[in-house]
Amino acid sequence: MKELPQVEAGGTQPSDGPPPPPERPATSSARLVATLAAAGALAGLVIVLVFGWANPKIQAHRAEVLRQAIQEVLDGPASVRTYYLVDGALSESPAPGADTITAEKVHLGFDTDGDPVGYAITGQEPGFQDIILVIFGYDAEADRVLAMKVLESKETPGLGDKIFKDTSFVAGFRSAAAPLEGVKSGAGSGSEHEVDMITGATISSRTVIGIINHRIEALDPVLDESGS
Amino acid sequence: MRATTPAEDLVRGIWKENPVLVQLLGLCPALAVTNTVANSIAMGLATFFVLVGSSLLVSTFKKVIPHEVRISAYILIIATFVTIADLVLAAVVPLIHKELGAFIALIVVNCMILGRQEAFASKRPIGRALLDAVGTGVGFMIAMLMMGTFREVLGNGSILGVSLFGDNFEPWVIFILPPGGFLTLGFILLTFGWWQERKAGTPRIRQWPHGVATPSREEAA
Repeated sequence: MKELPQVEAGGTQPSDGPPPPPERPATSSARLVATLAAAGALAGLVIVLVFGWANPKIQAHRAEVLRQAIQEVLDGPASVRTYYLVDGALSESPAPGADTITAEKVHLGFDTDGDPVGYAITGQEPGFQDIILVIFGYDAEADRVLAMKVLESKETPGLGDKIFKDTSFVAGFRSAAAPLEGVKSGAGSGSEHEVDMITGATISSRTVIGIINHRIEALDPVLDESGS
Repeated sequence: MRATTPAEDLVRGIWKENPVLVQLLGLCPALAVTNTVANSIAMGLATFFVLVGSSLLVSTFKKVIPHEVRISAYILIIATFVTIADLVLAAVVPLIHKELGAFIALIVVNCMILGRQEAFASKRPIGRALLDAVGTGVGFMIAMLMMGTFREVLGNGSILGVSLFGDNFEPWVIFILPPGGFLTLGFILLTFGWWQERKAGTPRIRQWPHGVATPSREEAA
């Protein structure tokens, strides 16, 4: 390591060369700590104030996105009721101590006569780039998927993002029978379990199909029991 | 250092010392989120807000902040403004906030912002620090917009989501993918350097420095 030049105690300068920077008196540790502590406290206060203003808006937006998605995958039900999964059964309130936002839940839609039309179920799994979050409508009695919508995905633009931009892929989930089976586009046998996958986005399409199948597999026993 | 006029402080960062195109600072957001014009504008505005806000505070408190902990204090100030920008974007334009993702939080480590605090705001009066921050912020936005426009037009055939060429245009998807960011920045820097060299009138083919003779083909063989 390079040695720092010694500053002479008397402050006499050699006549040549630029004058050295003015000496700084050492600051006491107490003052350093106090400055940073005060700055930190102020910063915290400001952030809490802004958070208090922003958080209701952020939550409202999230709820609105979910509400619209439920309407979409259940084809515009007249009313929707949310059920929480508690000990393998559906319950109108979450388990004691559980958070209503993070608790596992399904949304049951009803038509104008008050008959259930199907469940809106969310599920997520890692896709090609990042977690893909999907919501789908499911008729538990007929074991059929009603519709599918991708809520969050960072899949490759132009390839993987076709899982929500390609309308024929999205439409392929309408009334498909569970469990779904992904087939190469145009190579299917016409079975009602088949969903045409996207050429060039095999992993992303397979993930979407996988998410729906896994969620149905996990929830079907519960939904069949509650639906009847 | 020569004293600068207020006008010079303002204009300097916009073009002559543009943070992205000349100083090559803040390249992480410039490469990562310029895939559409809307994202570039949002990122430019967020960075502008953080830069101006923190320059104002750093310049105001420059005598209170002890020299030994100045960098920590600057980072604390910058991080606070970034958190505010993050929350405000999430509340007001949630879709753009979702697109920008982690890059909003990463404004904290944008060396352009810390650089202006250490090199300018911590040594100058408040007014000058504000002018400098506004100039640098505008320069950053110009660079972001140049990249965003180039990439969205070629990569998606649109500007701000409005299609320009109709259905017959096959988009160059690579320009909205990460490699497109590097290519675009390369093209822009090349054009910028060529233009500056032409303006300065320097010879296009450089001589070997310090009178070193260029080895001829015969000698090299």
